[in-house]
Amino acid sequence: MKVTCNINVHHLTRVEGHGNIRIVIKNGQVEEASWDVVETPRFFEALLVGKLWENAPYICGRICGICSIGHTLASIRAIENGFGIVPTGQTSALRLLLKHMETLQSHILHLYFLAAPDFLRIGSVLPLIETHPDIVQRATRLKLLANDACDVIGGRRLHPTRPVVGGFTMLPEKSQLALLKSRIEAAVPDLVKTAQLFHGFSLPDFVRETEFVSLQGKDNYPFIGGDLVSSDGVLRAEEEYLRMTNEFVVGHSTSKWSRLSRHSFAAGALARVNNNFAFLHPRAREIAESFSLRPVNHNPFMNNIAQLVECVHVVFDSISLLDKLLAMDWQEPRQQVRPKAGLGVGAVEVPRGILYHAYEFDDSGRITRADCVIPTSQNNANIHYDIAELARQSASQGKSDSEIQLLAEMLVRAYDPCISCSVH
Amino acid sequence: MTASEKTYLGVPVRKPRAAFFSLTSCEGCQLQLLNNEATLLDFLSLLTIVNFREAVSERSENYEIAFVEGSISRADEIPRLKSIRAQAQTLVAMGSCACFGGVNQLKNRFSDLDWVKKQVYGDHPIETQDVLPLSAIVKVDLNIYGCPIKKEEVEKVITNLVLGKSIDYPQYPVCMECKANQNVCLFDLGEPCLGPITRAGCDSWCPSNRLGCWGCRGPAETANVRQLKQIMREHGFSDEQMLDRLECFGGFSKFINELKNQ
Repeated sequence: MKVTCNINVHHLTRVEGHGNIRIVIKNGQVEEASWDVVETPRFFEALLVGKLWENAPYICGRICGICSIGHTLASIRAIENGFGIVPTGQTSALRLLLKHMETLQSHILHLYFLAAPDFLRIGSVLPLIETHPDIVQRATRLKLLANDACDVIGGRRLHPTRPVVGGFTMLPEKSQLALLKSRIEAAVPDLVKTAQLFHGFSLPDFVRETEFVSLQGKDNYPFIGGDLVSSDGVLRAEEEYLRMTNEFVVGHSTSKWSRLSRHSFAAGALARVNNNFAFLHPRAREIAESFSLRPVNHNPFMNNIAQLVECVHVVFDSISLLDKLLAMDWQEPRQQVRPKAGLGVGAVEVPRGILYHAYEFDDSGRITRADCVIPTSQNNANIHYDIAELARQSASQGKSDSEIQLLAEMLVRAYDPCISCSVH
Repeated sequence: MTASEKTYLGVPVRKPRAAFFSLTSCEGCQLQLLNNEATLLDFLSLLTIVNFREAVSERSENYEIAFVEGSISRADEIPRLKSIRAQAQTLVAMGSCACFGGVNQLKNRFSDLDWVKKQVYGDHPIETQDVLPLSAIVKVDLNIYGCPIKKEEVEKVITNLVLGKSIDYPQYPVCMECKANQNVCLFDLGEPCLGPITRAGCDSWCPSNRLGCWGCRGPAETANVRQLKQIMREHGFSDEQMLDRLECFGGFSKFINELKNQ
């Protein structure tokens, strides 16, 4: 059967931001296949010019409504690197714990609210409130735990108040951390059930080889700072990020694209799992193995599973971090900050992939140039080429219009794109 | 549960058809609605959600209440907002971007829009314009202030809207809530703060976390910006630091020229 179809998805649902999918197949031949980002740009890099350094984390957190904590931490890291500030052990542990809880919150939101409805052939999570209340309650319970933890450490789950250059404005009470630890331990069975739920879904069998870019682990699964690595063997220092991202503009998109050794590359949970599998917590590796997720996996739909694996990793790593924090005597929450002229770069693994903030400062600490490279903008080219390959394979398999459209939508959702963030 | 089963004080309550839209924004305010996990299911039972692109695939253009987050920054957003206005009986501006332009309007401080475009996109052509709040284009029936919006306040506003009760905003500043929360004054801790002039209702969210207020909810009824400038100076903060905060979300725009000219 020769497939002929004309798919035009305007403002794809169940993703953050505004993007369109277009697929035209005539007599089995793909004539057009594209992923177009049409989000309005906000020009954050320009907004910051002339502003004192202290504005940057506060303003930049507002790039994203899902990963505002990640943006805040990347911005803080760029400034601290620029000014030569090394965070204390206490600050680093609290930041990583905060980061973990954002990862959990974001992945759970994506897995249950955005991705799962496709596998259950429903339009949203809403029908499950009546048909499968246990699933919805589990999702909200996990999300609530992660968000509550972000409140306790970061002051607020969205656009956090406490993380600042030099440390935190204030610290959580030890009793809050002890309670958090017991709640996190109690969440493990919910994650096991989440894995069971996803074992019941059949993930599309689709492979397109690509390159994966992430932070490189030295002795643990990396989230905040360090060297940059690709699955094609490229290795760069954090401050050389521009040679990793190579952003360029494309006509039909308000988001820039990236490339490294090939036409496109992927960042995100699957990239991290592929590049740093050995550093995953054993319980997380176990879950990965149970889904046959081993490096290097080239099925983009497996990003869903990689997110699940990371949920397990961050939960177990958070328990260790909490043990460490509970055993510490609290030091001063915040170091002195002395501005310095120069360049500062911060790379942080946020839920959708590696995020870079870079600022140039004058002597007084005013920003003279700013650059933010967002995970989804790194992924947009990869999504675009995946759609073309998916269309080609679907056409040769004689799939129907509606099947191809659903697959293409699921493919984009698997990347969990944060579109307004990518345009910023 | 069907519409007729929902009651308030024994009186049946209908579930209005509600739609959620986002213009130029981070979509964080929509996310805040999903972030209300503990009360999310109760909250959802108050409304019939017919359009919520970020979480729901089914879409309908038949709605009574429109919640719009984000500001206007591109020509195509104007007809889109006007058509939402034409359909909705009640249009709610949700969050600082919708109410005042939000952080996006920081772009308006540059007189040369071409320079702004070049900073980010080089010579690649890109469409943008000065950032506007929703009220510059259409009539806004209700504002939900804040960056981000606060879940308790959203729930109160929406419950009152559904029940037909009046919606009142505090007239007093954040400073009052901060005192009631028994916080040490941030000026005494060496932090600049717009709490004395910013509209309350957030329960001094940032100052309670020892972060000075940045004024995301706009001015309180009796904001004395001139006096705050004195207080800032007395505590060793520069006019630049005060201006950074006043211009961050756009709510204080009418005070800024006055302050710059002082």
